[in-house]
Amino acid sequence: MLKTFPKGGVHPAENKLSKGKSITRLDPPKTVVIPLSQHLGAPAQAVVAKGDQILAGQLLAKAGGFVSANIHSSVSGVVAKVDKMPDSSGYRQMCVVIDVKGDDWVPQIDRSNDLKTGIPSNPDEIRAKIAEAGIVGMGGAGFPTHVKMSVPQGKTANNLIINAVECEPYLTSDHQLMMEKADEIIIGVMLMQKAIGAGKAYIGIENNKPDAIAHLSDIAKKYSSDIMVQGLKVKYPQGGEKQLIKAVLKREVPSGGLPIDVGCVVQNVGTAFAVYEAVLKNKPLFERVVSVTGKSVKNPVNLLARIGTPISELIDVAGGVPEDTAKVVNGGPMMGKAVADLSVPVTKTTSGILLITEKEALRPEMFNCIRCSRCAGVCPMSLEPYLLKNMVNVSRWEDLQPEHVLDCIECGSCSYTCPAGIPLLDYIRLGKANLNKILRSRKS
Amino acid sequence: MALNRLTVSMSPHDYGHDSVKKIMLWVVIAMLPAFIVSAVFFGLDAIRVNLIAIAACVFFEWLIQKIFFKGKSTVGDLSAVVTGMLLAFNVPSNLPWWIIIIGALVSIGIAKMSFGGLGNNPFNPALVGRVFLLISFPVQMTSWPKVQVMNFALTDAQTGATPLAIVKEGIKNGQSFGDIMSNMPVSYSDMFMGQMGGSLGEISALALLVGGLILLIRKIITWHIPVSMLASVAIFTGVLHLINPAAYADPAFHLLTGGMMLGAIFMATDMVTSPMTPKGQIIFGVGIGIITVLIRVWGAYPEGVSFAILIMNALVPLINNWTKPKRFGEIIKK
Amino acid sequence: MELIIYTVVTLCVLGAILAVILFLIAQKFKVFEDPRIDEVEAQLPGANCGGCGLPGCRGFAEACVKADSLGSLFCPAGGNAAMSKIAEVLGQVAVEKDPMIAVVRCAGSHEKRAKTNLYNGIASCASASMLYSGDTGCPNGCLGLGDCVSVCTFNAIYIDEKTGLPVVSDTKCTACGACVKACPKNIIELRLKGKKDRRIFVSCMNTEKGGVARKSCSVACIGCGACVKACAYEAIRLENNLAYIDFEKCKLCRKCVETCPTNAIHELNFPPRKVKSADEAPAGETVKE
Repeated sequence: MLKTFPKGGVHPAENKLSKGKSITRLDPPKTVVIPLSQHLGAPAQAVVAKGDQILAGQLLAKAGGFVSANIHSSVSGVVAKVDKMPDSSGYRQMCVVIDVKGDDWVPQIDRSNDLKTGIPSNPDEIRAKIAEAGIVGMGGAGFPTHVKMSVPQGKTANNLIINAVECEPYLTSDHQLMMEKADEIIIGVMLMQKAIGAGKAYIGIENNKPDAIAHLSDIAKKYSSDIMVQGLKVKYPQGGEKQLIKAVLKREVPSGGLPIDVGCVVQNVGTAFAVYEAVLKNKPLFERVVSVTGKSVKNPVNLLARIGTPISELIDVAGGVPEDTAKVVNGGPMMGKAVADLSVPVTKTTSGILLITEKEALRPEMFNCIRCSRCAGVCPMSLEPYLLKNMVNVSRWEDLQPEHVLDCIECGSCSYTCPAGIPLLDYIRLGKANLNKILRSRKS
Repeated sequence: MALNRLTVSMSPHDYGHDSVKKIMLWVVIAMLPAFIVSAVFFGLDAIRVNLIAIAACVFFEWLIQKIFFKGKSTVGDLSAVVTGMLLAFNVPSNLPWWIIIIGALVSIGIAKMSFGGLGNNPFNPALVGRVFLLISFPVQMTSWPKVQVMNFALTDAQTGATPLAIVKEGIKNGQSFGDIMSNMPVSYSDMFMGQMGGSLGEISALALLVGGLILLIRKIITWHIPVSMLASVAIFTGVLHLINPAAYADPAFHLLTGGMMLGAIFMATDMVTSPMTPKGQIIFGVGIGIITVLIRVWGAYPEGVSFAILIMNALVPLINNWTKPKRFGEIIKK
Repeated sequence: MELIIYTVVTLCVLGAILAVILFLIAQKFKVFEDPRIDEVEAQLPGANCGGCGLPGCRGFAEACVKADSLGSLFCPAGGNAAMSKIAEVLGQVAVEKDPMIAVVRCAGSHEKRAKTNLYNGIASCASASMLYSGDTGCPNGCLGLGDCVSVCTFNAIYIDEKTGLPVVSDTKCTACGACVKACPKNIIELRLKGKKDRRIFVSCMNTEKGGVARKSCSVACIGCGACVKACAYEAIRLENNLAYIDFEKCKLCRKCVETCPTNAIHELNFPPRKVKSADEAPAGETVKE
């Protein structure tokens, strides 16, 4: 039986061009630029200096607080500099630049392809290894995984939900990972179950990936009866945490609350694989699967790339930048971030690189709102984007709060669907930022 | 070349393929069946009224835009064409050309552009135009030509009253509804097909329903407003008819006559002037239905759809405020 | 005839009754207000710009009447003239303040600062700066989308289409500070208006290293420190590769302007120099009207 979340959502064209392309390992580039803030929360603090000899998997920067994550080197070589470099948003942030020499890994890392199944009995040990390996949510937000895994006192997490929805059009990295590393993923899920003490685990997959649903179901049966693979109807934004919980368990995370408030922890399927590698193979998170795709890309691919590789190198493997490219997006078309420059590095949260053609790069022409109410109809959080936009236009920041503007998950369904071409989400983001500013100043 | 300067914008980077122009085009397409029926029953006059109304609406929108707004012309979005067609649908086919042009000026100039153009008008422009004409030129606006199938001669056709007016007049004179209906020249099936007197676009329930189906399939309208409006009319008049069959017409009569179908499918569902949430749309539809029946049964005019819609248009902001959607994860305070 | 008389009489009686009721209610709910508030408010410009930090001119007037001294209250829009009148009304002493003006500290015009990408979004600096550093190589420079223009209640600032930069009018700007708050890049600063409107300031906010800054913008401050050495009054300090001129200490000697290798230091409203030709003088930041 297929499930989905009840209200809102859109159906953008899927365009899964790199579907079925097996994951190719990309050799380390000549130099890597590893940003020290690839996650939500405080940036990590560098523990290496210029001139240090580095092995792949070696710690480069320590977590700079509880909500933060370790950063490891993805290559072996010499630290060229530790300095501020532009990140994908163009602002400067601390980065470690490494000149690559050879490909030597830290000896503790198990580089073989052997499957390991021994699950440690102590949840704390699993959590410590996850924290040590610097794993963050690999779906896009980059929330440190060990923080999510620490269930606060007085709360229980009975259900672990694995987000394998991949509702973003174009992207196929999770899909391909599930097809190739199903055993590892299921063991990763069991590790996470153990870490948070969740009795049940659900893997939510949209039914545009029937092969993945069948494959994972088969593998899951081999290991545990507590892992359910749940097929879901195709609808964007099903990969949103709250939408996924609603779809799978019919529970509604309260406004302003977290999944843990309804006894759930949601993790991305890529994170499950990273957890497996970290706990059983001692391998920190320093490479990830990235889809390189786009309508005019010669050879759409799924690559296993080292963190810090410039995205231009990945695009080269996919056949180079097509002539008619006008926009390059780090992530999927619905929630990804457009980059201004192709030298920005792959980070822990780069699930795809999308090259958009000239024809589709520019936004449609903007007309007056015709009050068709489609934005309100597609909003998965049942907000009224047209109303929020009107309030932002006249700077009524405080009035946005009772309209639940802070619940917006920024999925972009409203902007996508607007027939008048109004970038509603731009306005809502502006409103959220200004409201948050006011709320912060009130607190202090 | 393109690579030297990449485009940067906020997400999403993919857009749906609907546009205002497409929506308006589909509304025009949905109105075509009713247009064809009107041409069949009223001849070239129907086409004449339509063309004059559309041309005048487009021209006034272009002119006002040019003089007052100075920006890029909005004529291209086709909304003026829709307004023009709706206005034409709401007037008798023998209306003199200058009255049509006055109606178009009121529709576009006063009801639409003075509020800032498409999307900002609180009232349905075509209805404002129609009601203005009805009050200003009552004689011309209520002398309905008799239908003549496929008569394309531009002659002065005979005029006669609409079924609604006949019934209203008859009941006022003490006749029973049954007696009136037995003398009525048109049957219910004639009414359904459109063979009765009336404004040129409102006569054929069948053609309008086909148009409504097109709109529903294209997801331009939802079922909420038409269904709630027609249902409330049917229930209200049904109760009245059961209480006193002699003094009150039956629901089928009310649903098939006058501007009921046109109003329910094309006028009340106008996106700009209807509520945003499904709940609000149902309240809106029920309100229109009740007010229409009140006017038809007890009011001075035989027809009340246009007044009812305009009255409910005025309440739309209030309805929007009442019927906020239940937010995801909202805890309802008890 | 009878009808008319009846109508007139009823209406008159009705009017009289309602008038009495209204009068009684007005008496009952009368709120005492210090009449001086109105007097003070009359002296204010009435623009409700918020430059004083209080909610509107009425709020400022109330605060003036309540306050023991006018020391901490100042209406930037009305200036010293308005304050001295208010002081007269209240029988207090006004504190004179030197007039200030908003100064745009970015000179990266279209030709001086090449565009590196195309911004395709709503025309709001706040929105664009939330998204990324901007459509040029400089992360600190003006975005030119006009948030400062839309908040200005005095029409004292506009975007020059040729340069893409905001221009402040010397005569209209009241230094209310609305644009200073609106600018997400903190480019606009309130500085002393100066004698004869003469001002010297570093027209750059770029904190990157010299080479990087220079690469993205030809008139960027490269943090070389030449101006710091040239200044005889210790008015210039260098922080984060960026020079800043303290307007309290600056004596308007113009030595720094000459030494700056990138012309990042601007002088305004000075008479043209005798030796050097005037074509080097930067134009565009302010206009005399």
